[in-house]
Amino acid sequence: MAQFKLPANSVIGKGKTYYAGAGAKNVKRFQIYRWDPDSGENPRMDTYEVDLATCGPMVLDALLKIKNEVDPTLTFRRSCREGVCGSCAMNIDGINTLACTYAIGDIKGEVKIYPLPHMSVVKDLVPDLTHFYAQYTSIKPWLQTITPPPERERLQSEEDRAKLDGLYECILCACCSTSCPSYWWNGERYLGPSILLQAYRWIVDSRDEFTGERLDNLEDPFRLYRCHTIMNCTKTCPKSLNPAKAIAEIKKMMVERR
Amino acid sequence: MSAKQRPLSPFMIGPYYKPQMTSILSITHRATGAGLVVGTLLLVYWLAAAAQGPEAYEHAQKILGSMLGQLFMFLWTWALFYHLANGIRHLFWDAGRGFEMKDATKSGWWVVWSSIILTFLCWLIAAP
Repeated sequence: MAQFKLPANSVIGKGKTYYAGAGAKNVKRFQIYRWDPDSGENPRMDTYEVDLATCGPMVLDALLKIKNEVDPTLTFRRSCREGVCGSCAMNIDGINTLACTYAIGDIKGEVKIYPLPHMSVVKDLVPDLTHFYAQYTSIKPWLQTITPPPERERLQSEEDRAKLDGLYECILCACCSTSCPSYWWNGERYLGPSILLQAYRWIVDSRDEFTGERLDNLEDPFRLYRCHTIMNCTKTCPKSLNPAKAIAEIKKMMVERR
Repeated sequence: MSAKQRPLSPFMIGPYYKPQMTSILSITHRATGAGLVVGTLLLVYWLAAAAQGPEAYEHAQKILGSMLGQLFMFLWTWALFYHLANGIRHLFWDAGRGFEMKDATKSGWWVVWSSIILTFLCWLIAAP
């Protein structure tokens, strides 16, 4: 059943405000979602004033500055700081994106930061991705073959290799899946744009010999067909990939093989 | 700490997720689809009244001819054209076409404007 309201324990309260010092030249306010599992309290929004004159250009720079200089309890994931690892995926200014590649200068007014939408929160901006990864495992994201391995690598023509462009670049940051209303409401059984793009990456791989089995696994009212081509996924992908198109291609193959 | 007590992160379109053409047009497609069913029931009522006799038919005409009735009919016409135009957009998608973001945005505006223009055109032609 579609859910439109947050459960009682998830309603967000007002938090604290941390003011910038008197010497601050260019103040920007960051409202950040906080939830401490040990407190027993509901989540809250804390406000931090950051002097942009002494801060790097990206949202992640501001988060790190807050954590280093103001509030060391602020919790978030980050690693590569250059859009390759996908760790710092979060809801910034109303869209899902990577904090490390999103410029503070592109945001008007106060910056609101939440964890990825409709996810179980571990702490602050850290969502629980266990189910997401389990869904990834379910599509068997590795090369499956029955023919004996050749002496050298399995060859692929340039044209066949080109079919993987726009697919292999996915970093599994979960921005697209958690931007999808269908995934919010049917995420238990619907695989979501990210995992389906990954599934398609193996379906079109000319070296893979289990294409039929892969399609069989997706032939299901929920796993694949909860996609209603809303296209929030493609709109939000921080790597500019197109999960909606990948899903459409899977649906086409389902029809063509009948 | 069990996962059950963990809060659900905010998700609603509007306060937490930016309303965008992608999601708004999609939810409108669903809403107009539901609206069309209600409109169809009204159409059935009108036909049934016509079959029943002149008195019942006159009564139905009075209801449908009222301000509220006309407004409802107007919205129903728009819902019909919107659902039709966006349905054609979905057909292109089903053929694997129009998935680039700029194409999807363009076709979205095409749906919005054509539904409005067709609605007014329909009423201009149908108006006595």
